[in-house]
Amino acid sequence: MEFYRAHVLICAGTGCTSSGSATLFTEFEKCLQEAGIDKEVKLVKTGCFGLCAEGPIVVVYPEGAMYCRVTAEDVTEIVTEHLVKGRIVSRLLEGGAKDDVKADAGETEFFKKQTRVALQNCGRINPEVIDEYIAYDGYAALGKAVTEMTPEQVIQVMLDSGLRGRGGAGFPTGRKWDFARKSPSDKKYVCCNADEGDPGAFMDRSILEGDPHVVLEAMAIAGYAIGSDQGYIYVRAEYPIAVNRLKIAIEQAREYGLLGKNIFGTDFSFDIDIRLGAGAFVCGEETALMTSIEGHRGEPRPRPPFPAVKGLFEKPTILNNVETYANIPQIILKGADWFNTIGTEKSKGTKVFAVGGKIKNTGLVEIPMGTTLREIVYDIGGGIPNGKKFKAAQTGGPSGGCIPASLIDTPIDYDSLIQIGSMMGSGGLIVMDEDTCMVDIAKFFLEFTVDESCGKCPPCRIGTKRMLEILEKITTGKGELKDIDDLYELAAGIKASALCGLGQTAPNPVLSTLRYFKDEYIAHVVDKKCPAGVCKALLQYKIKPDLCRGCSLCAKKCPVNCINGQIKSPFVIDQDKCIKCGTCMDSCKFGAIVRE
Amino acid sequence: MKSLEELKALKEKAKAEIQLRNQDTGLRVVVGMATCGIAAGARPVLNAFIDELNKRNINNVSVTMTGCIGMCRLEPIVEVIDQNDNKVTYVKMTAEKAARVVAEHIVNGNVVAEYTVGEELE
Repeated sequence: MEFYRAHVLICAGTGCTSSGSATLFTEFEKCLQEAGIDKEVKLVKTGCFGLCAEGPIVVVYPEGAMYCRVTAEDVTEIVTEHLVKGRIVSRLLEGGAKDDVKADAGETEFFKKQTRVALQNCGRINPEVIDEYIAYDGYAALGKAVTEMTPEQVIQVMLDSGLRGRGGAGFPTGRKWDFARKSPSDKKYVCCNADEGDPGAFMDRSILEGDPHVVLEAMAIAGYAIGSDQGYIYVRAEYPIAVNRLKIAIEQAREYGLLGKNIFGTDFSFDIDIRLGAGAFVCGEETALMTSIEGHRGEPRPRPPFPAVKGLFEKPTILNNVETYANIPQIILKGADWFNTIGTEKSKGTKVFAVGGKIKNTGLVEIPMGTTLREIVYDIGGGIPNGKKFKAAQTGGPSGGCIPASLIDTPIDYDSLIQIGSMMGSGGLIVMDEDTCMVDIAKFFLEFTVDESCGKCPPCRIGTKRMLEILEKITTGKGELKDIDDLYELAAGIKASALCGLGQTAPNPVLSTLRYFKDEYIAHVVDKKCPAGVCKALLQYKIKPDLCRGCSLCAKKCPVNCINGQIKSPFVIDQDKCIKCGTCMDSCKFGAIVRE
Repeated sequence: MKSLEELKALKEKAKAEIQLRNQDTGLRVVVGMATCGIAAGARPVLNAFIDELNKRNINNVSVTMTGCIGMCRLEPIVEVIDQNDNKVTYVKMTAEKAARVVAEHIVNGNVVAEYTVGEELE
C-alpha cells in the first residue's frame, strides 16, 4: 500500500469536464513533478460534487478544501502554496475571498442543508476504481442479500422502506418487484432507465459518472429478488463519459466475480449489458424503452400488460430509474427503518434535483423529501442573481408544471407537487425570475414535446401540434379569448386519450401556467402586451425624444439600419423594419430607449 | 468473489487507502514548512515521516504542513496533535528523529521527551 499525505480530487463529471477539468489533471501531474512531491500526493479523478456552476472543482484532502473555478494557472499556486507550504489558497475557496471562508466544503451552506444518500459517493470516490467503491461498503448489500436473505425478504425490505420510483411517477419500487417476482416465467429481466431526457435534468448522468457501481449492485439485488439473471442498462449515447465509466465498472465487477456466475459462492448468477439509446425522449417511457432494447423503433405500447407481467421480449421485467437504484444498496444494508427516518409520511428518503435557470448555485442538490422550495432556492441555491425577484420554478420538465412564488413554502414531495398541479418528475428544477414570460415557457416545453412525439398516437402527434399553434398565435399578438378555451379543451382531450405518459402529460406545462398566470395569457391576448418583455412580436423599442441627445450611436449599432435622424436632434426607430434585437437599448448611454 | 469474508478483507484493504479523505484520522503530524523550516531541512523530515508511516502500514495519521510558528531558531519544528487537540511540539528535527517519533510516539503512544520544545528551552 502506498501512503500519500494528500489526495487531490478533481471532478471528472460532464459539467467540470466541459469547463476544462481534464487539462487540470495533466497540469497537476506536471506541477507536482516539478515540485518533487509527486510521490507524496495522490491525484484522483472523481464524480460530480454538485456545485457545477463553480466548476471545475478540485478538493484537497486531508483538509477537505474545495477549490472552485480552478484554471491551469491556479494549479501552480495550489501546488506551491497548499501542497508544498501547507497554506490554503483562500481566494479559490467556495465563497471567494470572504473573511469567514471555510476550508471544509462540508461546512458551507450549499452542502450543510443537503442529505446525501443517492449521491453519497459522488465526489468522494474514484468511479473508475472498484476498490474505492468497496471501501465505502460497496457490494456489501449484494453480499448480504444473496447470502443472508431470501428474495421475499429483500422485497419485504423494499416494501417497508416505502421507496418510490425516482423517475417521476413515484410508483412504489417494492410493489413493482413483488409483481415481477410473482409472475411465473423461465426468464426475467432487470432494466435500468438511464435515458434521462428532461431539459435541464442531469442527476442520473452524475450518478452514472460518479458512482457507476451502485447501479450495478442494485440491479443485481433486483435480479436476486425477482429471479432474473440478466440486466440491461439503457443509456443515451450523448452521455459518453457515463457510458465509458459504466463499461469500466461492468468489467471490473465481472473480474471480481460480483457479476457473472455463482456470485458470492451461491447459485445466483447475474450479468449486465449496456444498450445505447439514440436520444429520443420517448425512449425514457418504459414500454418504448423496452421496444428499443428489443431492436425495434422506440415506440410505446399500450399498458396493460404491465412490464412486470409481460415486458422485455415478452418476459416479466422490472424497470427502475438510475436514482432509484442508487438508494437500494443502502436500504438493504441499513434497513427500511433507517430509510423511514428521512422524508415525509408518504414520500420517504431524499430526492436529487438538478437546479438550473435563474439561480446562483446551478448544480445538483440532494434534499430530504419535505424540504420547501424556499430552502432549495434561497438557502442551498444561493438565491436569484442580479437582485431579481423569484417568479416561479418549473419541476417535472415537459410533463410537469410550475410552482408560483405564492407557493414557495410548499414542502416538496410527490403528493404535494401533484396537488399544486406540478409533479416531481425526474428532478429537473428550473428557476425563473421576473424576466421570464410564462406563456413563452409553456410554448418552449410544448415545442419540445411536439419535436419528441413519436407519432404513434394521434392525440399526441396532432393534438400537441394544435396546442403549439395556438400558443404561437398568442405570443405573436394574434390570439383571441376563444384560444384560451380551446387550449383547455385540447389539453383535456390529449390527457384522456394519449397512448403513453409522454402524451398524457404533455399539456401540463400549459395547464399549470394557465392556472397560476392566466393574467399573462390575458395580457397577451387582450392588451397585446408581454408583461415580462420576452415575446418579441408584442414589443416595441421606442426612443424618448426628451432624453435622446441625437448622438447617433444607436443608429450605428443597429444591424438593420432602421434608426434614422439628424445629429443633435431626437432619432426615431422605424417599427416596420425593427427586428427587436435590443442592441440599440444596450448601446444608448442616456437611457433614452425603452422597451414596452 | 466467493464469500462475504473475501469482500470484507478487500474492503479493509481498500478503506485504508482512502482513509485520508474521511477526516476522522487519529493523529495529525504537522510539519513547519515556512522559509525558515525549509532552510533548516524540513523537507527530509517530512519525507521521513511519510516513508516511516508507509513502511509500517499506518494510514490513520495525516501528515500536513503549516507555516512559521515564530521559533525559527528551533526549526524544523513538527507538531503531533491527537484527536483532542493535545499538541506535542518537537523541535530541531531530523530524518532520524522523525523515525523515532513514529516508532515511539505514533505507534506506542510514548512522547519522545528529549526532542520536545520543553527540553530544548530549559
